Amino acid sequence: MKITVKGLRASFGDHEVVKGIDLAIPSRQITAIIGPSGCGKSTFLRCLNRMHELVPGASRAGQVLLDDTDVYADDVDPVLVRRWVGMVFQKPNPFPSMSIKDNVVAGLRLTHRYDRKDAPGVIERALRQAALWDEVKDKLNDPGTSLSGGQQQRLCIARALAVNPDVILLDEPCSALDPIATARIEELLLEIRRDYTMVIVTHNMGQAQRVAEHTAFFLQGELVEFDTTAALFGQPRDSRTADYIAGRFG
Amino acid sequence: MRRPIDLTSARPGVFAEKAFVWLCRLGAAIPLTMLAWLLYRVAAAGVHRLSWSFLTDPPSQLDASAAGLGPALMGTLWLIVLTATIALPIGIGAAIYLEEYSRRSKLAGLLELAIANLAGVPSIVYGMLGLGLFVHALAMGETVIAGALTLALLILPIIITSAREALRTVKDSLREAALGLGATRWQCTRQVVLPMALPGILTGAILAIARAIGETAPLVVVGAVAFILYGPDGVDAKYTALPMQIFQWTSNPKRAFLDNAAAGILVLMTTLLVINGVAIWLRNRYQSRRS
Repeated sequence: MKITVKGLRASFGDHEVVKGIDLAIPSRQITAIIGPSGCGKSTFLRCLNRMHELVPGASRAGQVLLDDTDVYADDVDPVLVRRWVGMVFQKPNPFPSMSIKDNVVAGLRLTHRYDRKDAPGVIERALRQAALWDEVKDKLNDPGTSLSGGQQQRLCIARALAVNPDVILLDEPCSALDPIATARIEELLLEIRRDYTMVIVTHNMGQAQRVAEHTAFFLQGELVEFDTTAALFGQPRDSRTADYIAGRFG
Repeated sequence: MRRPIDLTSARPGVFAEKAFVWLCRLGAAIPLTMLAWLLYRVAAAGVHRLSWSFLTDPPSQLDASAAGLGPALMGTLWLIVLTATIALPIGIGAAIYLEEYSRRSKLAGLLELAIANLAGVPSIVYGMLGLGLFVHALAMGETVIAGALTLALLILPIIITSAREALRTVKDSLREAALGLGATRWQCTRQVVLPMALPGILTGAILAIARAIGETAPLVVVGAVAFILYGPDGVDAKYTALPMQIFQWTSNPKRAFLDNAAAGILVLMTTLLVINGVAIWLRNRYQSRRS
């Protein structure tokens, strides 16, 4: 297990959105989290790399073990957690002031781990992993925002990969993209899934079935069911899961 | 029954719409007309006095045609540089603290209220504060540094407010991107937020400094002298400034000195115009570089 979540609760002010979740996320696989809007899946994800606490008024209880270390232990630096557990957001957010190649190494630059000699190699490797290299190799100095939405999101994935994380959290990474761009991202996730532990929040049940080995179904801040993707969609044990995947609500 | 399609007869409300647009045009024309009128009046009176020696010569209480505003111009330049050096780091620092570090905390709310109030305090009150604090309590005397500190206090709320606005225009998604890559709050601010907010911050800062240049009242209180033959030679020197010199000339009974005042106004207005022009240029330059 790469990540073990124990009794996780998260709130905004008085409003509790994650209500006590236990979940074990396997190493070097893709785990999908599905559920209707407002079920707490994004908040849950943001608790895994301590992004949740950046929102004013946010609070949290419970444990998140990364390998064996509780990322919420007193002596843990949240900044270091985020270097091991990277994130890709709903809307592509390349840095508008930076070129394509500067965006890829932005994480290294920001944290003063940038090495000019290694940079070309790092850039090419990350862009190849993100299946973007062939499309941008001749225009690495163009601004990151000159790319299409799908390319921008792959650039953001390359940027997350370039800092060499262990875990990548993807918060509905395709919700702003068309089906073709979505398919390219899913392909690349399948390409790299043996190298990283990935957790993907998605609205799209087809996407969960196409990319994830395991799927968790969240409802109103609680974990209803967690199983292999085939089992969860094939023989759901809980009637609420069955209703949701059949499209009877959500 | 089908209605015939009518695309040409008058809609109701067309007149009101036109009247409103004309009202807006009038509103835009009034300040421009006033400025043009002011410039015309002072140019008519003062333009014949403008010369290199007018800009460099010391003032004279006897001979208006020999008087210049050299010391006042130098004094104003000293004030600009010192005021900016003091106010910019403090103001931008405060804005960064409020926007990037203490969002929505109780302290931030309190500070916000205080800053909004300070922005409304009349400049003469800043003069009193400067007199009590810098000139007397800190025993700086009636020096250019005391004047600059007073002006810095005066423009701090403006710098803080405009810098906060500029920081707010940077999207949160970019902050999240940086923090999600393992950047510290400072690394995110320094390398992502500040570069994007810089044109806005600079524009606000320059406009605030333009405001400081035109201020007279606080300088009268903190003891800028009305008549001095030399520009400052250090931060602890006596000084005067352009608006002080203009004020002094207008209160001189001799008619010829009024022309000097008009010429002084032209110099002051030109300085302001240049400064504001630089602000606009900077903003456009950074904007085009980013898009």
